[in-house]
Parts: sequence; structure tokens; C-alpha cells
Amino acid sequence: MLIRRSSDILPSEITPRNVYLSRRQWMAGAAGLALAAALPEGLRAAPLSASKSSFSTDEKLTSREDVTSYNNYYEFGVDKSDPAENAGTLKTSPWTIKIDGLVGKPQEIGIEDLIKSSALEERIYRMRCVEGWSMVIPWVGFPLADLVKRVEPLGSAKYAAFETANRPSEMPGLRSIFPVLDWPYREGLRLDEAMHPLTILAVGLYGETLPNQNGAPIRLVVPWKYGFKGIKSITRISFVEKQPETAWNKQAPNEYGFYANVNPHVDHPRWSQATERRIGEGGLFVKRRPTLMFNGYAEQVAGLYSGMDLRKFY
Amino acid sequence: MAERAAAPGARKGFSLPQVPKILVYGVGFVPAVWLFYQGINDRLGADPMRYLEQALGLWALRFLIATLAITPLRQLFAVNLLRYRRALGLLAFYYALLHLLTYLVLDQGLDLAAIGADIVKRPYITIGMATFVILVPLALTSTNAAIRRMGGQAWARLHRLVYVAAIGAVLHFILVVKSWPPEPLVYAAIVTGLLGYRLVHSLGRKAAPRRRPA
Repeated sequence: MLIRRSSDILPSEITPRNVYLSRRQWMAGAAGLALAAALPEGLRAAPLSASKSSFSTDEKLTSREDVTSYNNYYEFGVDKSDPAENAGTLKTSPWTIKIDGLVGKPQEIGIEDLIKSSALEERIYRMRCVEGWSMVIPWVGFPLADLVKRVEPLGSAKYAAFETANRPSEMPGLRSIFPVLDWPYREGLRLDEAMHPLTILAVGLYGETLPNQNGAPIRLVVPWKYGFKGIKSITRISFVEKQPETAWNKQAPNEYGFYANVNPHVDHPRWSQATERRIGEGGLFVKRRPTLMFNGYAEQVAGLYSGMDLRKFY
Repeated sequence: MAERAAAPGARKGFSLPQVPKILVYGVGFVPAVWLFYQGINDRLGADPMRYLEQALGLWALRFLIATLAITPLRQLFAVNLLRYRRALGLLAFYYALLHLLTYLVLDQGLDLAAIGADIVKRPYITIGMATFVILVPLALTSTNAAIRRMGGQAWARLHRLVYVAAIGAVLHFILVVKSWPPEPLVYAAIVTGLLGYRLVHSLGRKAAPRRRPA
């Protein structure tokens, strides 16, 4: 019996591991693309490669199913299940973000170019909703600071103002005769908050591009603030001198502040913020857990607010 | 509102096939059984406790509305469903009780300090609790014996508290949501219509000469 010894194979014939791995990856990617092309708009999820980040938490992830089926995105309905059902109508390609206001380099950036030119990272963050529930979500994105630096804000720019797409034909909530908010959805950050390394623009979750209901193709994630600060499907970022108007603050200024930092000591006027329910934990018999100051990111961000009365600037 | 099937409007009414009242309870409890079944099998979505809590509250409000719809249906459309009113009212009470138990046990984990703070500090909880407290004597005096013991008029007067409960229930609903979504407003409009009808009706009766003592 002839047994071929391994030495018969010339070292030069062996395909290096990284080459065959990348070929597999390429084929998987190509298969993914072929599949994506066959799917209707909105159901496409393309893989994204991202490096790990030391900012990630090691807490148990909320399931992808829960992250993508339990959403507040009032442009597509007020029930938690509405966005997953209705957001497929949003056309996320082509997509550009207009950057204007007090910047040296105002521009319109296409989402593909932005993703290609950014170093994507996986950031596993806690997300605390103002309603009293929370999740742990593996976002894929890049620091907002990277984009801010690229457009060179002027010295007079003190705030960044964000706007969601304003498309009644694609967003049923915008056609409602009783608008829930003054559309389009708007949010804002102080420039130092925008530049903070924890603040990211997310383009994906669970290693794939964002599903529409989570704010495709690009959204803000500010993990120490209530979830409503994380504006979805961004089409415009303006750099301004004065604190910009924000959608929820305009709707009920006594309930939703501009800062909206997670704070267990400052209750919503109608409910307590001391505790939260972690989605996917315990099912019907979920146990409340204490809410942490700045959603557990106090060490990194408390300095931004030193000397401020957080009861007044809620 | 003391109900006797012998009331004048009753006989000429549009006659619907009569079903046993037990069937109303049977059908009425289907949503609760279905909700608990789905809850135990983890089929109430990402936030099952909240789903159960809200769904039970909504069913309480729906049965309260059904109870309040009996009189206008009879007076305006001669549809007489009076014999089912007690069952509908009690269903509203049972759903309110399940809603409250879900809040106390599953939502707050019987944390009495948190519950007490909620009742004192949160108007929607205060109103919700008050609404439930109002429903208790109505449920307790829902028997024929209680009606006999109290006398029809006193009983009817007590049971007018159901109007207050209906207002409390919709306020509780409106106060728990963010912004002004349509659903609680639709329920508020229905309750306003049902109570407004009674107000107009009773003003009309006062204006007209009385034929019978009240």
C-alpha cells in the first residue's frame, strides 16, 4: 500500500491559510450578494467586517430576534412590532448624508463611500430606553468623531444637529392625520458629546448591515443616553452654534430633555427611572435590575457634565 | 338603570337569539387564557410581561365599554342585550384584577416600596388604582341578592360609579403612553360618546315633563 507522505507535497503547493480563508469569505460574500439581489429592498443584510473594541461590554447579548423585532421607530408606527413589519418600504440605497452648517468642508457623502472609508468596529453597548427597558446590542460602526474631524467644524460650531429622512411616501407614520411627533425626527448633541469616543454612527448590528427597523442605513448610538437620542436613518448633520431643537423635547419638554442622560435619580415625570427590565431575561417573570448612572458609562462620560445640575439639565 | 327585562323598551326590541350567559363568560375569558398560554410558551414577543400587562388592561377597558354600550343600544337601536350586562361588567372587573395582579406581581415583583411610591407619585398609577377601587363595590354588589337588599334606586345610584371608572380607565391609558398616539384617543372618544349620550339623554328627560316618578 502506498502511503503518500506529507513531504511529497511541496511547500510551494500549499495554499496559505489566509488565502483559502479569504477565498471562502469571498465566496460566502458573493453568495450573500446574489441572495441579497434576489431579496426585496429592506431585507438585504450584507456582512460587515469589524474589529473588536475595548469599549464593548461582555454582558449577555440580547437576541438578534428581539433586537430586530422590538423597536421604537414611530415613522413606521407606534407599536413595538410595527417597524419590523412596515420599515421595508424605506429605500436605503442610494443614500447620502448632507453635512452642512458651521463646517470648513460641507459635503454630501454617499453611505457606501462612508462605510468604505471608515474603520468599522464592533461595539457591544447597553441600550436603555426611556420607557424602562434595556438591551445589549452588538453594533457595528465607527466613532462619530472620525466624521466630525473630516468635515472640519468651525470654532463657532457648538452642537451637532441630526435629521432623519423625511419621506411620507415611504414612512406611514408621516402620513398619519394625528402626527405623533413634529416630523422629521431631529436630535442633537453638544460637540464634546459628539466627539466622545463612545459615540458612534452605527451601520450594522450582529455583524451585518442594519435592518431598516433599526435605523438603516446609518444611525446614531450614544450609549449613556436614553435610546431616543439614537436618531435613525440619518440624512443630515448640521453643525450649529445654538442648542438645536429635538423631536421629543419639542413634543414634551418637561418629559424629554435635550441631554437625556440615563439617570436613575431623575425620574420621568410619569414613571420611575430607578430600575429597568432587560429584554429577553426571564420572559414573563422578568426581574427588574437597577438602572446605572449614565447607563454604566459614568467612568467615561461623567466628566462631560461636571458642575452641571443634572436635575435641571435632564 | 336597574334592569328588569320588563322595561318598556325591551319587548319591542329587535330580538336576538338568546344565548346562555355562561357562554358570555366562556367567550370573554378566551383572550385571557390565550394570553397566558402564549406567555407561558414565550410567544408574547420581546417584552412578554409588558405585553400581557397592557393586553389585560385593554381588555378590561373593552369590556367596560361593552357594558356602557348596552343602554344606548337599547334606547337608540332597540337592541336589547340587557341580560348580558352583568356578565360584561364582571368581565371588565376580572380583567382589571388580572391587569393589576400582573402589575403587582410580574412587573413590580411585589416590591411594596416601589408600588407605594408609584401610587403616590405617578398620576397614571394613582388613577389606575382608584379606578380599580371603584370597580370593587360594583363587582361585590353585582348579585340579585345585593340588588334586592339595596333597593333598585340605591343600587342604580351606586352603579353610576361605572361612569367614573370609565373616565379613570381612559385617563390611565392616555397617561401611560408617550406623545398622543391614536389608540388611547380612540378609546377616549368612544367613552366620551357613551357618557355624552347619557348626559344629553338625561338633560332631555329633565327638560321634558315627567310622566313617571324617577
